[in-house]
Amino acid sequence: MAIMVATSKSAKPCVQVEDATVRFCGDSGDGMQLAGTQLTTASALAGNDVATFPDFPAEIRAPRGTKAGVSGFQIHFSSKTIYTPGDRVDALVAMNPAALTTNLADLKPGGVLLINENTFEKKGLEQAGYDVSPLDDGSLDSYKLHSVEMTKLTRLAVEGLGLSVKEADRCRNFFAMGLVFWLYDRPLEPTLRYIEEKFGRRPEVAEANRKALDAGFNYGETVEAISTQYQVVPAELPQGTYRNIMGNTALAYGLIAASRLSQKRLFMAAYPITPASDILHELTKHKNFDVLTFQAEDEIAAMTAVVGAAFAGEMAVTASSGPGIALKAEAMGLAVMAELPMIVVSVQRGGPSTGLPTKTEQSDLMQAMYGRNGECPMPVIAASSPSDCFDAAQEAWRIAVRYMAPVILLTDGYIANGSEPWRIPDISTLRATEVKHPGPPENGDSENGDSFMPYARDERLARPWAKPGTKGLTHRIGGLEKQDVTGNVSYDPLNHQHMIDTRAAKVAGIADDIPLQEVDGPDSGDLLVVSWGGPYGACATAVHSAQLSGHSVSHCQLRYLNPFPRNFGDVLKRFKKVLVVELNSGQLRQLIRAEFLLDAIGLNKVQGKPFSVAEIETRVKELEESKNPKIQESKSPKV
Amino acid sequence: MSTDTTLPVLKPSDFASDQDVRWCPGCGDYSILAQMKKVLSTIGISREETVFISGIGCSSRFPYYMNTYGVHSIHGRAPALATGVKIVHPELTVFVITGDGDALSIGGNHLIHVIRRNLDINIVLFNNRIYGLTKGQYSPTSPCGKITKSSPMGAIDNPLHPLSIAIGCEGSFVARSIDTNIKHLGETLARAAAHRGTSFVEVYQNCNVFNDGAWDYAKSRDTKADTTIELEHGKPLIFGKDRDRGIRLNGMEPEVVELGKGITEDDLLFHDAKGPEPSLAYLLSRMRYPDFPEPIGVFREVDQPRYDELINQQVEEAKQEKGEGDLAKLFRSGETWSVT
Repeated sequence: MAIMVATSKSAKPCVQVEDATVRFCGDSGDGMQLAGTQLTTASALAGNDVATFPDFPAEIRAPRGTKAGVSGFQIHFSSKTIYTPGDRVDALVAMNPAALTTNLADLKPGGVLLINENTFEKKGLEQAGYDVSPLDDGSLDSYKLHSVEMTKLTRLAVEGLGLSVKEADRCRNFFAMGLVFWLYDRPLEPTLRYIEEKFGRRPEVAEANRKALDAGFNYGETVEAISTQYQVVPAELPQGTYRNIMGNTALAYGLIAASRLSQKRLFMAAYPITPASDILHELTKHKNFDVLTFQAEDEIAAMTAVVGAAFAGEMAVTASSGPGIALKAEAMGLAVMAELPMIVVSVQRGGPSTGLPTKTEQSDLMQAMYGRNGECPMPVIAASSPSDCFDAAQEAWRIAVRYMAPVILLTDGYIANGSEPWRIPDISTLRATEVKHPGPPENGDSENGDSFMPYARDERLARPWAKPGTKGLTHRIGGLEKQDVTGNVSYDPLNHQHMIDTRAAKVAGIADDIPLQEVDGPDSGDLLVVSWGGPYGACATAVHSAQLSGHSVSHCQLRYLNPFPRNFGDVLKRFKKVLVVELNSGQLRQLIRAEFLLDAIGLNKVQGKPFSVAEIETRVKELEESKNPKIQESKSPKV
Repeated sequence: MSTDTTLPVLKPSDFASDQDVRWCPGCGDYSILAQMKKVLSTIGISREETVFISGIGCSSRFPYYMNTYGVHSIHGRAPALATGVKIVHPELTVFVITGDGDALSIGGNHLIHVIRRNLDINIVLFNNRIYGLTKGQYSPTSPCGKITKSSPMGAIDNPLHPLSIAIGCEGSFVARSIDTNIKHLGETLARAAAHRGTSFVEVYQNCNVFNDGAWDYAKSRDTKADTTIELEHGKPLIFGKDRDRGIRLNGMEPEVVELGKGITEDDLLFHDAKGPEPSLAYLLSRMRYPDFPEPIGVFREVDQPRYDELINQQVEEAKQEKGEGDLAKLFRSGETWSVT
């Protein structure tokens, strides 16, 4: 598929490829996340479609050189539209033996392997579990191995700038970047701008990083052993202005946009937790948008403060992950009783308990659905990709306001930390969610608030959102069951039944206010792949490829999990088999089975890693080719 | 926000909601409710700009009986809920009504943090030294040895002292009053409401069903002059029916002394509620019956920065520094590229 072209400035032969997947890996302190994000920006600016997958350990700095401390960043850039950061990589940069041994399995046979030779000494090899250096035993012969003395070359490059050895070694990631940038003919300018912005105040450090970057780039150009440069031409993306965006950033932007368009202050209360904290961090940067961020004493306080801010009439949001959501459950119950609009973002990670804080999983769907005492329904929606978090946040707010309900927005570590190009929307095309607060009652004698009915309902069963400070609307709410309409405390048995039914009907009614479920592919056939959240990209890619191979398979990506779109049952029933793909043991599958009495099949995995396209393709083909339509459970894919 | 600048003229009854009050007959809560309504009608605040927030427990039913905005929230969390309200709308007057179990046991974390932040709210803690709503288990303020349904052989937990906690968090207004001492209670609540920053008032409140008489020593006409001591800023600590005894500092320790016999008022400890260091207030909070008369009144009253003001100030500063938020500019921050 590769063709030779001559557009590069390099004197060496240049091979044009459709796409490339590169992974940087090294110690947590090696700056691999930075290297990855720089390559992402450079590739995005070069016009490629990109998708990224950072993968780092929970420990900030595990002992140097150990397998536990290996941090990685994978980026997939393409001249075609892509949906995933790629399964296996075309090029692997391994900064030490531990990084090599933990990542080598993902390098394609014949792939480019760039190694920092200086770390392959006795101690490093021992820590990685190598008896013999893999550089010497021929075990890497099937790859295009380039063993480069990166430490030494970096030190040489920054010589004379007055840096300590430690400081000089910190520039190694820029050397590695330079080399990869040459290999894929990437522009250096964005990274040079970054260096100026980030290190401008320390000119010697800025200069050192520039020199290391250049040294790496020139190494690629000069060294004969590296014979070929690769080129990925720009993708044909829809017209517009783009930027690269991570899921958590997009989510924060979506919240800010929603609050601005609703003319509300944005109150965000949170307690730091991986992988949700970046939403808080991002919002704190934008206080000039009338954003108030409250780092609470605990998850419980964050959630309860959100209820308070919602009661006071502003846009209130919290963001957390599974263990934090567990603590918030009590106050989420209050929010359901109080029938106030707010957003609870759950950025899922591996569980149970502390689980795998930095790894992705989708095992908190049932927690979102049922993780509270009593009959306590909440609308649940999920984002599908990093840039989709922007839209999902605004949709969560729309539902919250229109139905006077706390809304759960699910994302996951993969979406939250992953990034992709985002076509920057024209502000005028964003839909404002209109907020109406009742004003003071017109007849003067009801000034004491006795005539105000806080639980009177509109056609959507939503109650009025009366703001404290409004004359004549004084009222009390709380967690005790209340009489409909008046909101007074009530222990009446039939009223309780009525209120439970009403709260459920209100949430169910949202189905009339959301788009019908769309199907990617024919709307009937042999197999329907159903996914939600992070696996979207892998499913879309796998299904498109199966469709091209002539299989009768379609794909549904669900945004709305509670309630489901009102046509969803009909969609499911038009296919002979339904395969639900999710990073848990079958939570959506259970919901689908319960709701539609349908024998859905699951493709499930809980290994702290996203699905690869190949895993889904394999399962789709198995199901398609199987003569027996009654295939039941599928086993988890092998590691 | 109200644009009406004239102070409302309201009666205590204007603050009564249409709900029947359902505390046990004889409960100390009635008196606090009555004083609260009276105080609110005199300090010139409007019903609609007032919010009562509570947690769970007998005292926490309070908001239902006030014709203001109110939230009867969840156990221990009222300070957190109040934080959300007050941050987004600092112009509202916010009261938190809580009890010894609600504030000090399940809600201990929220209490200490709201006090250290000095959020401009008013906390009234009804201390009856028992769990009333769950029918009589020992509370975090019950004394050691207290026999209750859940401690038939006597409680073995060291009790917490609410004011020591509040002062330990460097509370900017810390006071104590007694449910039956209605004049003192009214004055204390009024001063608490006037304070800017977190005001914390402990009220000795009698639960006549599950812990009747817990505060009798401090309430009984026969003993209260000897068992309590009324604090006044700048005045010496004198007590006793005949006002013939006082508190003197012996090094870092307070001691009870008799006036006369060479000891004059000038030898006594003078109350200083306004000093920047909370040590004296803390020392006073540790004076306990029967070794000492228990101080009532305002222990500490200092002016400190308030969280709700600071957080809103930062928003204003950010606007001045960066200009009013502009979505188009925000979205285009960082590296962008165009596809044509």
